[in-house]
Amino acid sequence: MESVIERIEKGHFWKFHGGIHPPEMKFLTKDKPIRPLAMPPELTIPVQQHIGEAGKLIVKAGDVVKKGQALTQSLMPLSVPVHAPTSGTIRAIENAIIAHPSGLSELCIKLTPDGEDKSIARHITPDYTSLSKHDIIEKIAQSGIAGMGGAGFPTHIKVNTHAQINYLIINAAECEPYITADDLLIREHSTTIADGINILDHLLEPAFILIGIEDNKPEAIKALQKATANNDKVKICILPTKYPTGGEKQLIMALTGKEVPSGVLPSKLGIVMQNIATCFAIAEAVIHDIPLTKRVVTVSGRALEKPQNVWALLGTPVEFLLQQCGYPEQQRKHIIMGGPMMGFSLPNTQVPVVKITNCVLAPSEQEIPNDKHEVECIRCGQCADVCPSQLLPQELQWSAKANDQQQLETLNLFDCIECGACAYVCPSHIPLVHYYRVAKAEIRQQKQLDIKAEKAKKRFEARKARLEREKLAREEKHRKAAEARKARMNSGTEQANKEKSAVAAALARVKAKKAQTSNTENVENKELASDQQDKKSQVAAAIARAKAKKQAAVQESSPAQTESQPPTPENNQGDENKKAQIAQAIAKAKAKKQAATSQDTEVENHEELNEAVKVAPVDDKKARIAAAVEKAKAKKQVAPEKPSELDTDKTEETAATNSPADDKKARIAAAVAKAKAKKLKEKNPQSAPTTVDASTNEEQEKEVAITPPLEASEEKSAQALDKKARIAAAVAKAKAKKQQAESK
Amino acid sequence: MAYWIASSPHNHIQGSTPALMRLVIYATIPGILAQWYFFGWGNLIHIGLALTTALVAEFTVLSLREKKVAEQLFDGSAMLTAVLIGISLPALAPWWISVLGALFAIVIVKQLYGGIGHNPFNPAMAAYVMLLISFPVQMTSWQPPLALMSIPLDFSNTLSVIFTQFTFDGYSLEQLRTHVDGYTMATPLDTVKTNITLGLTISESMNNPVIGEYVGEGWQWLNAAFLLGGLFLITQKAISYVTPLSFLASLFICSLIAFLVSPDSNASTLFHWFNGATMLGAFFILTDPVSGATSVKGRIVVAALAGFLVFIIRKFGGYPDAVAFSVLLCNMAAPLIDQYTRPRTYGHS
Ligand code: SF4
Ligand code: SF4
Repeated sequence: MESVIERIEKGHFWKFHGGIHPPEMKFLTKDKPIRPLAMPPELTIPVQQHIGEAGKLIVKAGDVVKKGQALTQSLMPLSVPVHAPTSGTIRAIENAIIAHPSGLSELCIKLTPDGEDKSIARHITPDYTSLSKHDIIEKIAQSGIAGMGGAGFPTHIKVNTHAQINYLIINAAECEPYITADDLLIREHSTTIADGINILDHLLEPAFILIGIEDNKPEAIKALQKATANNDKVKICILPTKYPTGGEKQLIMALTGKEVPSGVLPSKLGIVMQNIATCFAIAEAVIHDIPLTKRVVTVSGRALEKPQNVWALLGTPVEFLLQQCGYPEQQRKHIIMGGPMMGFSLPNTQVPVVKITNCVLAPSEQEIPNDKHEVECIRCGQCADVCPSQLLPQELQWSAKANDQQQLETLNLFDCIECGACAYVCPSHIPLVHYYRVAKAEIRQQKQLDIKAEKAKKRFEARKARLEREKLAREEKHRKAAEARKARMNSGTEQANKEKSAVAAALARVKAKKAQTSNTENVENKELASDQQDKKSQVAAAIARAKAKKQAAVQESSPAQTESQPPTPENNQGDENKKAQIAQAIAKAKAKKQAATSQDTEVENHEELNEAVKVAPVDDKKARIAAAVEKAKAKKQVAPEKPSELDTDKTEETAATNSPADDKKARIAAAVAKAKAKKLKEKNPQSAPTTVDASTNEEQEKEVAITPPLEASEEKSAQALDKKARIAAAVAKAKAKKQQAESK
Repeated sequence: MAYWIASSPHNHIQGSTPALMRLVIYATIPGILAQWYFFGWGNLIHIGLALTTALVAEFTVLSLREKKVAEQLFDGSAMLTAVLIGISLPALAPWWISVLGALFAIVIVKQLYGGIGHNPFNPAMAAYVMLLISFPVQMTSWQPPLALMSIPLDFSNTLSVIFTQFTFDGYSLEQLRTHVDGYTMATPLDTVKTNITLGLTISESMNNPVIGEYVGEGWQWLNAAFLLGGLFLITQKAISYVTPLSFLASLFICSLIAFLVSPDSNASTLFHWFNGATMLGAFFILTDPVSGATSVKGRIVVAALAGFLVFIIRKFGGYPDAVAFSVLLCNMAAPLIDQYTRPRTYGHS
């Protein structure tokens, strides 16, 4: 690092590749002082004059504003406000053509000056060191300062870096032909600029401050040397005149010998660059509390009678500038905003001056002829020789013409700084930069489209994956359910048996007791038995009771009928021994069933009645389906029937209220079972669609069945059952229909 | 009021491709004058023939291709091609040689490949090689310098030889090429080559009258004149010094090594530099941007390769001169060389 400074002190600099020496043409304006302009009749202030986000409008048409008053407010970090350059009335806020190569229209504030130029109150801070860094940065941001060299990057972002800064580079190269705005500004305001540099020094604390200036501005160099003499960090680096020395990367290369890697900010290398006019604006803002509302603009070109530098208020129409410099009607052919190398043609003269406008060029026809005699590239390679980015402009041009985007990117099109050196030297007069701009725009657009397409694709794929996942999950669930069923039927036999035998034992005991003791004791015994047994068996008993009742009512022709019937009249009596009787009946039914289907004991106990009564004759599969349905039902009943353990009376009521629901349920189950049976008979049970349908059906039933246990009230349970019934019926009907269709 | 809308940059160097081509043509004038002085009217007549043919051919093809005829016809590239063909042919070759050559160069080598800027081969050299292969007798019957000729040759006689193969007095080309001592004179390059096969040393060959005072009667001055024109082009920034320097340096290194290894069978660097089409090739042909490499590095490589090939072909090949062949070979290699000599873009490693 030391050697860099040593070299600089010796006046040795690095060379960047390429570069050109176009006619400077600075003599047109460089010896005339900056002229303050009269007040234009109207100012057109674009809301956005910098890179980043536009500020939020805080004035409306008709408002009277004072000079320096903020017209927009910056809400985002990458936005800076614009201010009223003078006092006056806001006539309108409307779209107008702004200074942009594309001739875009954007929102502009139209300000009619009142001629009084009344300013808002200012707070002058002679000693900026009394302010905190944060306050200074805030002031810079609030004054609307954005890089005045060309890009217009908000300055407060650039100075608010936490990186260790080695070099603060002040860009005073002003390498474009014609432009002398910075030159004049330095000559006339070097002390203010020095203040600005000191403020930046204070903020960034760089090891060195390098001011890069081309050797064609001897007076400015002298002025700077004098003004910065008291800061030994400052080194004034007098560079040989060559375009584009003022390019950020080129200036960094020339001063420090460092190359900024592609896509990396200079601050990564410990380098921050500021334009010299920005330094002036910073000093004005921080010390004098003057926001950025005017700037020096070089109005030049041979078509003008009096080319010169002027202090132009931001928003001044170019027309006004040109008039002030004498722009005869017959010479009006071509107006360029910016320099001849990188500026852009203006579509009309109403375009306003903005923060980045350093030059308005009105060349005569001889000066910059409008000849577009593009001939074929002869591969002379002169473009490559002058390209400061070391690109191969001619190859880029071929690829751009062929729209070979991939090749363009391999050739690093996006490292082109659009300096125009290549097109300047091209003997075939190929507007190379134009081709690159178009190609860049196309690639950007393509990328945007690609991103969109990519997003759509991702969304689609995510959806597909989700559906797939859900399908798998469903299948997995079904598989597990089926396995669980099977497991319970096969390997879980012992437990089922145990439970069953426990219930049976309890019932037997109850029965035996009943034979001996009175009805009231029976209840106690029952309770005792309940306590001894696990909860499930109690529930099962309750269910069994309910079912028995139901069957008594509904299934008159069933073999179990005789056993089931007796409890009904007893129930009507409201006597408590009724329960015991029911239990008795159940036990009997069970015994019977066990005798009949001794191998099928795996079926859960609460199903047994059902099985014995109507399911037993049906085939195995049907039995399993019914079993699943019944299980779900049982589960549902667990919740409402819990109180039965505590209060028998209540249990009775529950049983009673449940019975219509149960009734319905039974019918539904019957319908489902019937439908299934039909299907099984008609269709090959192994065929895939049927299986899936069946499982889906079960699934649905289960889902419906799972919900009610969460609800405490019986009514709700009944409702749910009702719903379930309807669903099941619908399913059954649908299936029947489908089978009809299929069988056809 | 409508203003011009143009894309930046708005200013531009004064030079243009046609101007560049014209400058190159002007730069051949010293060489052509030397040729006229030492070898008579032959080449001037061929230049005229080739120019006419080339312009007619160019006009026809451009019209057929519906291009901007007026603009491209006089962009200088066809004229330069014709001039180069005229210069490089043997002075007394029959008229149809230059007509054929110009036709081939413009129609086939240039326009069929897409016109200016798209031809992979240097048209003049491609035409030359085509002619050399198709008509070896006519293309190797070099006229000796006027000073050595026993029969004087004026303009009308030259014209007569070119169109009828005989002078007005009935002398044939063969007779014209005969030395007073009765043998056919060849170019210095040819002479040295033949002498080496005959077992003569280089220093013995140097006594041959065709070598003259230095390294080749007539030829040395011809090359010196092209060198002069070339230097003028460099000062005008019409061509870069890179290509000629690399080419001549490569030829220098090759011939020096050979000379050091075996001085008796290898001619000096000066002999190589100032004989045949060396200087013409170095400054006017290898610098043709269209068919060369694009990057500076690529050009250095291409020119060095050309120098090497020239030496190899002169030394070991069957043809006396080698510039045309090596240029064509280098044209072929140029795209590949370009591929491997791309400059490193700023900020990329
Ligand atoms: S415009 Fe782009 S390609 Fe042309 S010289 Fe500048 S950086 Fe290189
Ligand atoms: S300067 Fe123009 S003609 Fe020459 S190589 Fe580049 S693009 Fe082609």
